[in-house]
Amino acid sequence: MTATDTPTPAPQPAPPPRQGVAGRAVAVVRNTWRGLTSMRTALVLLFLLALAAIPGALLPQRDLNTQKVDEYIAARPTLGPIMDRFELFDVFGSFWFTAIYVLLFVSLVGCILPRCVEHLRALRTPPVAAPRNLQRLPHHARTTVDGAPQAVLDRIQGQLRGWKVVRRDGGERGREGELTLSGEKGYLREAGNLLFHISLVGLLLAVAAGKLLGYEGQRILVADGEEFCTTSPASFDSFRAGSTIDGTGLTPMCIRVNSFVADYLDNGQAEMFTSDIEYQYDDDLVTDTWRETQLKVNHPLRVGSDRVYLQGHGYAPTFTVTWPNGETRTETVQWAPEDATTFLSSGAMRFDPPGGMFPDADERRKNQIAIEGLFAPTAAFQGTLLTSIFPSMMDPAVAIDVYKGDSGLDTGSPQSLFSLNKELINQGRLVKQERVNLRPGESVTLADGTEVRFDKATDFVNLQVSHDPAQQWVLVAAILMMTGLLVSLLVKRRRVWARVYLDGTVVDGERRTVVELGGLARTDQAGWGDEFDRLVDRLLGDDAPTASAGAPANQAPAAQEKKKA
Amino acid sequence: MTENDTLAQYSDLAFESAFAVLVLALILLVAEYATHRADVVAERELVAAGGGSTTPQGPGRIEEAPRRTLSERLGNMGRALVYVVAGLQIASIVLRGFATERFPLGNMYEFVSMACTAAVVFGLVVLRKKAYRTMWVYLLVPVLILMFLAATVLYADAAPVVPALRSFWLPIHVTIISVGSGIFLVSGVASLLFLLRLRYPKGEERGGVFGVIAQRLPDAQTLDRLAYRTTIIGFPLFGAGIILGAIWAEAAWGRFWGWDPKETVSFITWVVYAAYLHARATSGWRNTRAAWINVAGFVAMLFNLFIINMVVSGLHSYAGLN
Repeated sequence: MTATDTPTPAPQPAPPPRQGVAGRAVAVVRNTWRGLTSMRTALVLLFLLALAAIPGALLPQRDLNTQKVDEYIAARPTLGPIMDRFELFDVFGSFWFTAIYVLLFVSLVGCILPRCVEHLRALRTPPVAAPRNLQRLPHHARTTVDGAPQAVLDRIQGQLRGWKVVRRDGGERGREGELTLSGEKGYLREAGNLLFHISLVGLLLAVAAGKLLGYEGQRILVADGEEFCTTSPASFDSFRAGSTIDGTGLTPMCIRVNSFVADYLDNGQAEMFTSDIEYQYDDDLVTDTWRETQLKVNHPLRVGSDRVYLQGHGYAPTFTVTWPNGETRTETVQWAPEDATTFLSSGAMRFDPPGGMFPDADERRKNQIAIEGLFAPTAAFQGTLLTSIFPSMMDPAVAIDVYKGDSGLDTGSPQSLFSLNKELINQGRLVKQERVNLRPGESVTLADGTEVRFDKATDFVNLQVSHDPAQQWVLVAAILMMTGLLVSLLVKRRRVWARVYLDGTVVDGERRTVVELGGLARTDQAGWGDEFDRLVDRLLGDDAPTASAGAPANQAPAAQEKKKA
Repeated sequence: MTENDTLAQYSDLAFESAFAVLVLALILLVAEYATHRADVVAERELVAAGGGSTTPQGPGRIEEAPRRTLSERLGNMGRALVYVVAGLQIASIVLRGFATERFPLGNMYEFVSMACTAAVVFGLVVLRKKAYRTMWVYLLVPVLILMFLAATVLYADAAPVVPALRSFWLPIHVTIISVGSGIFLVSGVASLLFLLRLRYPKGEERGGVFGVIAQRLPDAQTLDRLAYRTTIIGFPLFGAGIILGAIWAEAAWGRFWGWDPKETVSFITWVVYAAYLHARATSGWRNTRAAWINVAGFVAMLFNLFIINMVVSGLHSYAGLN
């Protein structure tokens, strides 16, 4: 932070030689970069990321539930709008959350790239030369064996499979026949660590690509053969798309919903939702072939990089209005489930009288019929009040208010599908005629002789079409991440050295060879003592000293399981 | 009464027995813990009487085989009972599975039961060494509290699950997360004890209740190493759990990640544990601060389990509390 201080000309007794403007600018950039890519900064940014995500869990979010956000703001007239200004209801797209993770990833890349270079260099560098005195290492062993130094070292090297090994001749002490061997293993640890962090960047890029190139649309279809095609965003009830999607070029697909079945337990808890659909995809549209399939919870339809999900269901009542002249209009419209356990639903319907019944459009508009009310799949009445006691359709009934007048169909302004415009009712443009409870087939006749009949109700399904061409790359990145993480946590870095030279004494006319071994744990010190003893046994075979001269494990330097960046 | 109801009753009985045995084990372990101080004094006197010799077996002296003190025997009984607890817990889970004819991880009661079992079994694996023995008291207390909550507040009758949970991902995703939670519990306890130990280092425990408590704990380095070793098991496991959950969410909810409150707090938890691993490699953060971060990670786990399930509504509303 000090690097960005503005240089103020303060009187100094002996001003140190100052760099030129360019030099200072470079220094500022370099110091900022160093600060940003330091471990401490990464830690602070990780914390900020965790902190910044908290409001995303505790406050209602627009992405998940717009209605809840509106209610939350409405309940706090002063604080609500301020919170909204700070994007507390869009946390994961907010400027501050974005700033934190962008900085974190810049820091990460700035840390990872130099480490990649360093790691490549380390891979090409031979293991470091043996220390002069192996006996000073926390773990070491010494013994004397038969055979020439060359052969002994060959045998040791043969046992060090998987280690990076280099041999060097001679030594500083000039012992006769002295040879040393340096072995190192555990290079994969750093590689795994790098893979983890690089995959993390890959994951972010893949998610970003998915958000840019993908889209997601919902559409309600009555399960009696209604069909729709993904020709444009307008054919969906709701549509959310990445910024590269302009609405043209959606994957062409048509879906027809033939049936929907909901299985319930006796207590009304859902067991499974199943819907039989037919679809056309890509070439099917040219040949007009329909393919049958079944959608279930947890079993979406996957075609190409598109998926179709069964996301919800409900009931769509059918009403028929018969005008005094005998002309009829029948409509089926989905009503919104109000209660998730009993499926008591509410909704509205608007009927325009058939053309020619009234002399002009004004007159016709004043004679529209509108219905608003409740639907119960399994009805129970408390007096005349309708409730539902079971979610499946066993004994359906509706409780409706019938209105006559201007339902607002011609105003051109958008209205809720599920309720009538209260303003029209308050203004007296829409006048209540009747309030009745009807079962299928029952009807009510208005004062002017118009008959409103409740015919039946049909299941509707809510389908979601999702398109995300990058999602398999997210998975690939996630798998690589986990692989890298496991490797970096499990692989241990070890160094081992062997020094062989001729023994001074002659036994049976042959000189024996002294073997000195030393080992160092560069990570995960715990347990290294035993591991070194086992390594010594393996390297020396039968010649291994019975008791290793190694120091006990608890005298090893303090555990410093290092994990960078 | 159907056969399944009987099985469900046996499952509850096993759970209650596990709880009772756990209380007994805890009493024994606390007794060992409380009586240990006398042992320390006794040892010191013995050494002084031996004239400072490090090998008391001098020629002509018959040394009695070191007898186990009462304290130690109580502790051993307590630790043996922990195996019984684990067995009963596993029996309870398995019976629950047969009673409901599904994988027994469909509500919060079953989740907490599984996490407690994981913590106890994991404890049996990592706390075998003598140095860790005294930690059992502190591991069993949170397990006891969680089991109590599971049986009282969170209990849900054995019942089938909603359609979204009818997937082969349920055993995979939820088991990994609950086992991860159990492991993080061990790690969190180790870090808390480490912090206590740092304040009262070995040999300087005089004064105060905490000093007396700390006296019997393993040394700071042992505790810190245990916390780290358990976290590096829990961290990849929990990460894998999140990823597998995302794969399931893609099939069940139509997107692999949607910042649902549960997902968000899982993300926070994962970031906090990542911060812990980084703090361990940053100078100046290695000891106290890293331990606090580890504790914060466990607090986030608990928050995710209780507050998010019981207060905040989201897609992960399977607690079974109505």
